[in-house]
Amino acid sequence: MLDAGKTETLLEVNNIEVIYNHVILVLKGVSLAVPKGGITALLGGNGAGKTTTLKAISNLLHSERGEVTKGSILYRGERVQDLDPAALVKLGVIQVMEGRHCFEHLTVEENLLTGAYTRTDTGAIAADLDMVYTYFPRLKERRRSQAGYTSGGEQQMVAIGRALMSKPETILLDEPSMGLAPQLVEQIFEIVKAVNEKEGVTFLLAEQNTNVALRYAHYGYILESGRVVMDGPAKDLRENPDVKEFYLGMSDEGRKSFRDVRSYRRRKRWLA
Amino acid sequence: MPDQLLYAMEAGLNGLMAGVMYALVALGFVLIFKASGIFNYAQGVLALFAALTLVGLQDGQVPFAHLINAVFGTDLHSFGWTLPAVVAIALAAGVMVLLAVVIEKLVLQHLVNQAPIILFMATIGMAYFLEGLGDLMWGADIKKLDIGLPQGINETIDTLTYNAFGYGFFIDNLDIVATVVAAVLVISLTLFSQYTKYGRALRAVADDHQAALSVGISLRFIWVLVWSIAGIVALVAGIMWGSKSGVQFSLSLIALKALPVLMLGGFTSIPGAIVGGLIIGMGEKLFEFWIGPMIGGATENWFAYVLALVFLVFRPQGLFGEKIIERV
Ligand SMILES: Nc1ncnc2c1ncn2[C@@H]1O[C@H](COP(=O)(O)OP(=O)(O)O)[C@@H](O)[C@H]1O
Ligand SMILES: [Mg+2]
Repeated sequence: MLDAGKTETLLEVNNIEVIYNHVILVLKGVSLAVPKGGITALLGGNGAGKTTTLKAISNLLHSERGEVTKGSILYRGERVQDLDPAALVKLGVIQVMEGRHCFEHLTVEENLLTGAYTRTDTGAIAADLDMVYTYFPRLKERRRSQAGYTSGGEQQMVAIGRALMSKPETILLDEPSMGLAPQLVEQIFEIVKAVNEKEGVTFLLAEQNTNVALRYAHYGYILESGRVVMDGPAKDLRENPDVKEFYLGMSDEGRKSFRDVRSYRRRKRWLA
Repeated sequence: MPDQLLYAMEAGLNGLMAGVMYALVALGFVLIFKASGIFNYAQGVLALFAALTLVGLQDGQVPFAHLINAVFGTDLHSFGWTLPAVVAIALAAGVMVLLAVVIEKLVLQHLVNQAPIILFMATIGMAYFLEGLGDLMWGADIKKLDIGLPQGINETIDTLTYNAFGYGFFIDNLDIVATVVAAVLVISLTLFSQYTKYGRALRAVADDHQAALSVGISLRFIWVLVWSIAGIVALVAGIMWGSKSGVQFSLSLIALKALPVLMLGGFTSIPGAIVGGLIIGMGEKLFEFWIGPMIGGATENWFAYVLALVFLVFRPQGLFGEKIIERV
């Protein structure tokens, strides 16, 4: 288990602002720290700004006309926000995009191989392909199938496996649970955990599924409308009455839906 | 065998070979369209420019001679050498790669994320610019392109068919060479795209450019790569057409022949470009042969478009248009 006190911070996001199309302010000062070797969760509802935060880090924002206008992003203490995505992949930071984004006309194996595109140690790629197949035996069975014809769960595996092929130090994983049956979600998270523990890969994980994410993560940040409204060790967040009430759908007075709650009450408690 | 049928066979064969030429030009369109969603209006001019450059290099013409002479009052025309064909072709291919780099730097790079129609218009601009540049560099006169390809009737086929049918087919050697070259080109392109790292990256970009970016594929590099390949395909097409009918402005109009091929074969399919080219090449010759005389001839000008339109009505994605994978 990870001890936040002792480990070095690998990735540091300091008070960033992100604007889309020169006008739409989406992130309004987000800060977070991702310790080496941990699984850090970025939680929040739809539209909170999780994807935008991950893309700001991986620098995929440019291709969506988004821009970091304030703040800084440091990886191993170096400023990385002016690098292109390829340079970040070479540094060891790779994003698995929301909605999986497999290359659908490529086979499963070809998809995995594209993950190794930036690598120069071509001799070691075959061994890593085997490594990915040990984590995802299902993919080995389907290696010759066109990715577009595989199931949602398999595509999620392809997307994660493809990222692993880049020999990453950090994976930015966006909504791996999206659209998957609960059993599959559990399976995917178990694999994430195994990769984290055995390969030592650091994860920054964006999830709407707070329940699952907090069971696997070590530390969590909760985003709302482009701001971090709460953060803490996953264990504490799980026990927190507000998180229980608003994100885990339970409270002392019984189950409550997110919609029923008036927002001023949430603001007041969290920002106090 | 009745004479009519023999003549038709001969016309059909010649049509097939013309179809190979159409396919070559269509191939250039498909490559760029697949990788970047750009319909490259300049593809025909690219072939003209490539052929002009080849002739210029081979004959040792001084590029921009007119301009230089006008500005400096010099009287330059020629370096006074004649390069061997292979060297001239290699240099011209190099120029096409250089052109791809320049196009990416000056145009494409600044139009990232723009709507396809804007990119299309940019390629229209490029077409006129390149046409002017070609004139300025090498002069606007009609040039003879001769890299020593065999031309004229193929005696073997003539004799063989004469012995078999009592009628010798006229098949031009140049057409045979073009067919072989096109086949080699298509096979190597297919091998490249299926079995190399960069070929795979190219297909990845065609599928999902966001995801391609996310694994560290540089779109700019891929664009240079496809425009280079399209430029070299244009060079090959330019050599074949130029050898046949000289290098002049009308060479760029071969693009008009490629358009119906694309409608027929689909904009995203390499096999489609080939088969589409062959169908149109053969179709228009046979149509001219059988139906032409009844309706006053000159059907070759419009037959391809009408055929393509008929196809569009029944199969809008083309014969080989890419299957759209739908999954929930
Ligand atoms: N390309 C874009 N252009 C403009 N606004 C965007 C774009 N992408 C996301 N947004 C807006 O930014 C906000 C945050 O979106 P996002 O980061 O995707 O949130 P999340 O991943 O938490 O659901 C939303 O209000 C969304 O509408
Ligand atoms: Mg999202």
